[in-house]
Amino acid sequence: MRCWYFSEQSYYPAWDQIPGNPKIVPPANLVQPEVAHRLLQQYLRECQFADELGMDIMVNEHHGTYTCMAVSCMLTLSALAACTKKARLLALGIPIVNRMDPFRIAEEIAYVDNLCGGRLDVGLIKGTPFEMYISNQNPASSAARYWEVWDLVQAALTHQDGPFSWESENFNYRYVNVIPRCYQQPHPPMWLTTASTRTAPEAAKRDCVLAITALARVARESFPIYRKTYLEIHKRPAPLDRFAYLANVAVAADEATARERANKLLKFAETSERIEQRYLNPPGALMPADNVRFLRARSTVNHRERTRPDGTPMSNPPTAEDQRANDVLFWGTPDQVFEQIRSFYESVGGFGNLLVQMGGTMTHGELRDGITLFAKRVMPRLRELTGDKVAA
Amino acid sequence: MSAVIKAAGTAASRPLRHVRMSGVDLEVWSQGSGRDLLILHAGDGPAHDAPYLDALSKRYRVIMPSHPGFGGSSLPEFMNSVDDLAYFYLDFIESQGLRDYVLAGFSFGAWIACEIAIRSKAGLAGLILVDALGAKFEGPRKREILDLFSYPQYEQARLIYHEAERQEPDYRGWDDDALTRLARNHASFALFAWSPTLHCPKLKHRLHRITVPTHILWGAEDRVVPPDYGRRFAAAIPDSTFKLIDGAGHYPQVERAAEFVREVEAFTASLPGAAQKTIAR
Repeated sequence: MRCWYFSEQSYYPAWDQIPGNPKIVPPANLVQPEVAHRLLQQYLRECQFADELGMDIMVNEHHGTYTCMAVSCMLTLSALAACTKKARLLALGIPIVNRMDPFRIAEEIAYVDNLCGGRLDVGLIKGTPFEMYISNQNPASSAARYWEVWDLVQAALTHQDGPFSWESENFNYRYVNVIPRCYQQPHPPMWLTTASTRTAPEAAKRDCVLAITALARVARESFPIYRKTYLEIHKRPAPLDRFAYLANVAVAADEATARERANKLLKFAETSERIEQRYLNPPGALMPADNVRFLRARSTVNHRERTRPDGTPMSNPPTAEDQRANDVLFWGTPDQVFEQIRSFYESVGGFGNLLVQMGGTMTHGELRDGITLFAKRVMPRLRELTGDKVAA
Repeated sequence: MSAVIKAAGTAASRPLRHVRMSGVDLEVWSQGSGRDLLILHAGDGPAHDAPYLDALSKRYRVIMPSHPGFGGSSLPEFMNSVDDLAYFYLDFIESQGLRDYVLAGFSFGAWIACEIAIRSKAGLAGLILVDALGAKFEGPRKREILDLFSYPQYEQARLIYHEAERQEPDYRGWDDDALTRLARNHASFALFAWSPTLHCPKLKHRLHRITVPTHILWGAEDRVVPPDYGRRFAAAIPDSTFKLIDGAGHYPQVERAAEFVREVEAFTASLPGAAQKTIAR
């Protein structure tokens, strides 16, 4: 199993100063530039540290929010390409529904793949609906645009014997010609994320990694669909490395300290959920059934589970225990964390990638300690767990 | 009242039919006799049970299609702009043989009506614009049209209506089909008008091409597009008159239905051929 270190690169010092919504509308002047500089440098050092301990690295991007300062996966990965040595570098991902220029996306993928010597993995994702208010891309046509960008980016990376043109309703290019071409041929491993089961068959057809972010139920439902479709299309079992799960992880030498860290990590989700409801659901982004529910309730809710798997209502905000029960947050001593991951791993039929989210309001020291404990005392056992298994 | 009918705001006895044309299975509500009055509904979809429709259909043959993607009308994949809708309706007008007809549009429908009148006045006797969207008169830093899409669908009524009792519709009694249709209307509205936000930058430069008599009605309490915005529309359309309707927000045809109907009747009576049309029917 590959374990990918991930942090949201948030500007957490302002979380308590923002009275409500930390996304889209808060003033930028709550950022102290010298603090932002220090934090961003620190986040890079934490990635370097994870690299030194044998972990891979995942980055993401968001826009107009105090919960994530990274505005471009590829900008962060350019820096990491230069300051890491062995880690594979995963962009998860590039929100292609919100980006206006797929050719530029392909160019940046190829550039970073060369810069890091073929260590790049790339997720082409839909992105968070609220960010359509920032990109201004049309939510009602986003689904159709999503797969077109996939096709265009893959074509741009694969087609290497001179330019081709692309003329569609959404995108028009006279000459698509990506130079340099990718280091990994024809292109890096491709990933996508989903919060529903609908995308799993298409992901299987495209032979890309299906990543589920902190929604255990969706993983339990989607992974079998992917496996079934994969076998039908490719006539072989889906390799384990086609499955990924993102979980929050808080690990410490003792349980009490781990709980403190878990609570600091949960601050991220709590802050993120302070977004105003009116930005959660741009028209056309979600399915009709979701909108029917929202109309009736006169309320918009996100995908987060409201109950534990046994139906017990969770606290609001959820506690560390709630999120451990939901396999959203693995926390405790290294032994406890391993057991929680192992149990979840078996419940979903296995996966080859664990995306390990740390951060929240944890200090640099706490993160270094957490990364060390995970890399040295959890990760080796997870690798043993998957062993030589390549297919589920 | 069945679920689907309720979704479209339609009483069961009302005359709904479907017309297949230009790649669209179009739902068309039509009632009454007299001069043809083609009504283009607002962005939240057709409301067939609106009292103003009953009143108008006593004097006119009222025709209200559900725009492609709204109500019970299909949406072909190629359609995603107000231009597409304008050209589609030109096909519809031609296919229905409308002559000396009056075109009325509400909000988003008024924008479509302008785009139609800019392109062709064939058969068009007069234009009624009610709290129109679609034009941008000011510079890039000035938002002239409230961004309805920045608010959930269940809060739209609060922005649209002036009267408090209309501002919080209770959808709990609606069934899934009805609410699905309503949600689809909202998604289609965004498909056509998300960006640029509820306008076309070209429209203000084209409004002078509307040369038929035009009556512009505006809710005095409109918070989506305030009256001054409506006056800019009136200034840009050569043969136009402008009338505020007190006590109404963005939908004066709903909140002040009687006054709206009187305005329609007075305007159409002033148009050439009005008397003959009425007699002929």
